[in-house]
Amino acid sequence: MKARAFSYFRAATIDQALHAHARAGDDARFIAGGQSLVPALSLRLQAPRLLIDITHIAELRGVRREGAFLRIGALTRHCEMLSEPLIAEFAPLLRAAAPFVAHPAIRNRGTFGGSVAHADPASEFPAMTLALGAEIEIVGPSGSRRVKADDFFVDLFETALQPGELITAVFVPLFKADQRFAFDELARRRGDYALVGCGMLATCTGDRIDDIRISFFSVGNTPTRVKGTEAALIGSSLGAERIAAAQAALEGDLAPPEGDEVPPAMRLHLARVLLGRMLGRLGAGA
Amino acid sequence: MIGFDESLLDDADETVRVRFTINGRKVACEVAPRETLVDCLRNVLELTGTHAGCEMGACGACLVQLDGRAVHACLMFTVQADGARIDTIEGLTESGVIADLQAEFHRRNALQCGFCTPGMLVNAHELLSQVTRPSREDIRDALSGNYCRCTGYEAIVDAIDAVAKARIESGGPT
Ligand SMILES: Cc1cc2nc3c(=O)[nH]c(=O)nc-3n(C[C@H](O)[C@H](O)[C@H](O)COP(=O)(O)OP(=O)(O)OC[C@H]3O[C@@H](n4cnc5c(N)ncnc54)[C@H](O)[C@@H]3O)c2cc1C
Ligand code: FES
Ligand code: FES
Repeated sequence: MKARAFSYFRAATIDQALHAHARAGDDARFIAGGQSLVPALSLRLQAPRLLIDITHIAELRGVRREGAFLRIGALTRHCEMLSEPLIAEFAPLLRAAAPFVAHPAIRNRGTFGGSVAHADPASEFPAMTLALGAEIEIVGPSGSRRVKADDFFVDLFETALQPGELITAVFVPLFKADQRFAFDELARRRGDYALVGCGMLATCTGDRIDDIRISFFSVGNTPTRVKGTEAALIGSSLGAERIAAAQAALEGDLAPPEGDEVPPAMRLHLARVLLGRMLGRLGAGA
Repeated sequence: MIGFDESLLDDADETVRVRFTINGRKVACEVAPRETLVDCLRNVLELTGTHAGCEMGACGACLVQLDGRAVHACLMFTVQADGARIDTIEGLTESGVIADLQAEFHRRNALQCGFCTPGMLVNAHELLSQVTRPSREDIRDALSGNYCRCTGYEAIVDAIDAVAKARIESGGPT
């Protein structure tokens, strides 16, 4: 239960962090909150030569408005997602998800950027970036780019990030007056990873849904947008019949893996129940 | 822009000097980068009130305060804490800020073997310094990452609930 020996470097700037990573021949890991990485090192699932501490890089901090987006710095801690007024106002779906992420002491250290980079398919925030249509800002040796959340999550713990690249911030489109959102998850115990969870963001005219994005987590190798289900809802209001149609469509969108402690049929059932509850609430305007 | 010394890569297990303020006292010690804070506290600084249970963030026995917030000492390396302020159960006890919690835990038998107790107290202290009037549900939620294998939790929740109410009656948090 002890990590293999490594060297430690505390970077003061992005350039320093990228440079150190390259010098270590990419046999290095960035450490942010460490709430996923430290257990992985202790269990020796990973054993890099160099650990690069990015938590003292000022450029990765802060939450602010930038045009039509809210820019959330990678180092924003989970506890700040709960307390920061700009998140509550302009990204309320993230505020709603935050209390479900781990336990209070883990929220004091864990970072939003770390959660998105780690891309655990059972994690709340990666799935919410999909529901929000967010964009992930990445910087690497060859410069900076922005990747849509839809293109970011590739496979199990695999993302568009290349070795040596850093997430600097996540850009979330500002929440608008004609939008509604919902978040919920089913877990055995509060703070545990969810058996199944979901976040959604709808744009409405009155009660009619003009557009909706629905994303599930804990249902497969990556956070998963359910496009067939979304299509079943667009253009109508949320009556019992529409909700039933969306629940039926869910079966075409999700294929939970076999060989898990939770059988696929049960996960799919839970997803259907959760979707029904959440659409009911969304329709009631809550 | 460099700031990175390449020779660092060759001596991975070489100790480095770390300075922090522990329980109000400035301390410097030599640690290997891979040494976790909980190991440093217990083995180097002999502050054994911080317990090591699962060493993977699941049980809450290793909680300490880092710059005033509760964190798991098993989920960070000592080097990361360079320059920080750390308060362990020993410091919180000496300063008296959790004396009422400790007395109430004692009075209500909210501990048996005591293994979980330092972590419970650190988390309870954090909760009560952030939420003045927590519901029992809030208390249970705050303790969701703390395992107790002895008490069944009820007495722990009772004790924290009682202290929260007593603090309100005596005119706010101490
Ligand atoms: C007991 C326990 C329960 C938990 N429960 C939950 C839960 O219910 N839901 C949940 O979502 N999470 C949970 N977590 C995980 C927690 O939320 C982590 O904080 C989060 O997954 C990772 O963020 P971090 O800042 O700690 O990243 P780290 O652990 O520091 O890093 C994780 C990975 O991301 C990389 N990385 C970090 N930051 C960046 C960046 N800016 N750019 C590029 N790469 C980067 C690191 O190199 C590493 O590979 C739990 C953790 C524990 C220990
Ligand atoms: S020892 Fe740190 S949480 Fe169990
Ligand atoms: S008192 Fe023994 S584990 Fe809690």
